[in-house]
Amino acid sequence: MRSGSKGAAVVAALFTFLSFSAAALDRAAVERLASDDNDEKIAAIAALVAEGDPKAADVLKQAAEGEIEIDGKKVEIVVNNRVRGRIAEALSLLKLLSEDKNERLSAAKALAGGADASMLPLVLKAKEKETEPDIKAMLEMTAAGMQIRSEDKATRLAAIRTLGESANPGARALLTEAAADPDADIRAEAQRSLSGVQARLVWGEWLGLAFAGVSLGSILLLAALGLAITYGLMGVINMAHGELIMIGAYTTYVVQNFFKGTGVFDYYLVAAVPASFLVAALVGMALERSVIRWLYGRPLETLLATWGISLVLIQAVRTIFGAQNVQVENPAFMSGGIQVLSNVVLPWSRIWIVVFAAGVLAAMWALLSRTRLGLYIRGVTQNRDMAACVGVPTARIDTWAFGLGSGIAGLAGCALSQLGNVGPDLGQGYIVDSFLVVVFGGVGQLAGTVYAALTLGFANKLLESWSGAVLAKIALLVFIIIFIQRRPQGLFALKGRAVEA
Amino acid sequence: MRKPFWIGVGIGSFVAFALFPVLNLVVPPSSAFHLSAFWVTLAGKIMCYAIVALALDLVWGYAGILSLGHGLFFALGGYCMGMYLMRQIGREGQYQADLPDFMVFLDWKELPWQWWGSEHFLWAMLLVVLVPGLLAFVFGYFAFRSRVKGVYFSIITQALTFAAMLLFFRNATGFGGNNGFTDFKRILGFSITAPETRMALFVLTALILLATLLLARWLVASKFGRVLAAIRDAEPRVMFCGYNTVHYKVAIFTLSAVLCGIAGALYVPQVGIINPSEMSPANSIEMAIWVAVGGRGTLLGAILGAGLVNGAKSFFTVAFPEYWLFFLGAIFIAVTLFLPRGVLGLVQRK
Repeated sequence: MRSGSKGAAVVAALFTFLSFSAAALDRAAVERLASDDNDEKIAAIAALVAEGDPKAADVLKQAAEGEIEIDGKKVEIVVNNRVRGRIAEALSLLKLLSEDKNERLSAAKALAGGADASMLPLVLKAKEKETEPDIKAMLEMTAAGMQIRSEDKATRLAAIRTLGESANPGARALLTEAAADPDADIRAEAQRSLSGVQARLVWGEWLGLAFAGVSLGSILLLAALGLAITYGLMGVINMAHGELIMIGAYTTYVVQNFFKGTGVFDYYLVAAVPASFLVAALVGMALERSVIRWLYGRPLETLLATWGISLVLIQAVRTIFGAQNVQVENPAFMSGGIQVLSNVVLPWSRIWIVVFAAGVLAAMWALLSRTRLGLYIRGVTQNRDMAACVGVPTARIDTWAFGLGSGIAGLAGCALSQLGNVGPDLGQGYIVDSFLVVVFGGVGQLAGTVYAALTLGFANKLLESWSGAVLAKIALLVFIIIFIQRRPQGLFALKGRAVEA
Repeated sequence: MRKPFWIGVGIGSFVAFALFPVLNLVVPPSSAFHLSAFWVTLAGKIMCYAIVALALDLVWGYAGILSLGHGLFFALGGYCMGMYLMRQIGREGQYQADLPDFMVFLDWKELPWQWWGSEHFLWAMLLVVLVPGLLAFVFGYFAFRSRVKGVYFSIITQALTFAAMLLFFRNATGFGGNNGFTDFKRILGFSITAPETRMALFVLTALILLATLLLARWLVASKFGRVLAAIRDAEPRVMFCGYNTVHYKVAIFTLSAVLCGIAGALYVPQVGIINPSEMSPANSIEMAIWVAVGGRGTLLGAILGAGLVNGAKSFFTVAFPEYWLFFLGAIFIAVTLFLPRGVLGLVQRK
């Protein structure tokens, strides 16, 4: 067994050696590669690629390192960045001819972004040889993208027609260019193809927008859900809510640091999610016991006191962790994304956050409607005196409910740490937003909060695509201000006696 | 009650109109009693804040409306004044152009429409009153008409100032984006850094503060003020008595905004800079704590609170910068928990 593998290694080495000598390759091209002129070198690279010989790859690899062998003699080559770039491109092109299907697929994908016209012969050759229909179609598009700039009118028209079948933004750009061509036939053909591509792309754009809306909506929902309990159900204006989110994010950061360097780093979220919930919940319960308890029924004072708490929390975090942002790394399953359509990539991190938000929502609904604690919380919310009369420990329920709301804020922080930087000011950016979500949705309503978060998320992204991020945000704020004036009770109002309470 | 008020006013006037000018301008800089420009600017700044605190006290302490958007009115007044000061720079800016520097930087060829008339001092003064006043009138009218009150009102005023801050951060809005206005040279032709100009601005601020205080005192003692207090304590009853409370609330809210605008206009030439961060929601909340510390519902208390909090801020941010937020946060908590009537509530008998 052992000697066998050794033998194979020797054979492989021999093969490598043979291919290094580049005997079967176009001699002229290899010699031109060693010329002093960079344009000559680039022409030589193109010639080598066009030949499509797998050995060309090895020669090019050597060339990139600055030395090739011609007839057993070593020849030095000066490679500048331009030549090196071309070599890299050529090498990836040569992968189109690889035996491995996956390698061919990834090479074809890389090419879809466009390639130099000199590579056309190879692409055509690869297309002829290709047996996989997916890759073949992809290569056809790439070839058409190159041919659209060709000299021959018939070739161009054919390329335009082929591109018209596709649905990617690159094809649209090429066709738009062709639609302004001096030649009338080409213009007409390009217009026709362009409208077809547009129609196909529109779907992708709407899908991308919808996903961005859902994603932003779920972030808003996470930030606002905790507030829906503390403000919506308990009536406590908690300006430190954003800071509880921030504490959740920092807890995630600390947990992540514990896991760094161990083999199970990818699973740190399993510990970070409950940890961020617990830490934020404990901080929240401590606040309720020490400060907020004394201010029930005085909302404006609560607002000021909790603002003071938020300042203390921000400064405490700044003192412990420093004023700079800290970096929370994504586990492997959160990075990258899936390509749904040619122009839509959905990042995994966003998908997971949507799933996470849905999970938190479901858990909260179950807690409020299916457990004893939930029953007590609803009882105290609806009629405190009556609840006390039938033996509900109202003061303790207040603490638990506040802890629950704070813990959910901590979960939001854990989720946000996966999307961006974590800094002491993290929470400040969400406080206005989350209050608006709760107020917009209607106080005392979980369903309202969900609808409001999703509506605002969609509206924000939709406006953003028209007017830019800042104006969209301003428009939304103004809309909510006007909305509250028309309908102060929010989208979904409580009916009956609770309204007056 | 009446005597301490006039004693307070007397001491304040003496310090502002006699002590400060003499120590700053007459006493030579070599003397130990000389008051440097730093202190004049600081005191001038705090007096501007005191005007804001008075204005906020009128709506919060007397009418029971907590606005968390007063920073916006303050900043708007400041921007109106700032536009005039920017035009006064003339060709002495970095690019030596007719347009303000930031417009040259953005490659603009002419003044945008918002800047129409900004070279005239009187127009600027008119804007200082009109812009915050109109905004507060329109906003207040719609908010109070639909009976938005209490915490809801606080939150939407906060959203308003937040939206305005985002708007002013944009370069395209035409007010210098992030950097706002700075590097002023002259006001009404006088050099803005000259000690005499500074002292003139200082005395003017003190005069306006005094006028605001007297106006507020007259107002709260009048029938109008009594109706306001009644609205604060039991709005439905006032309505049943036949008063249209919307008018009263809009009137006091607008007056308060105008006073804030004037304070902002006085603040900008003394401090020498105005930028959108003045509109951040945090600033407006801090204004509320000035009033709460001094004691809301008392006029001298508001002035005292603005002085105490900002004095402490100046001290802390120099001596222990990392502890300032701890201190400020602690004030917020302590005042609401233990001093609901503020510092003046400690000394006053019930």
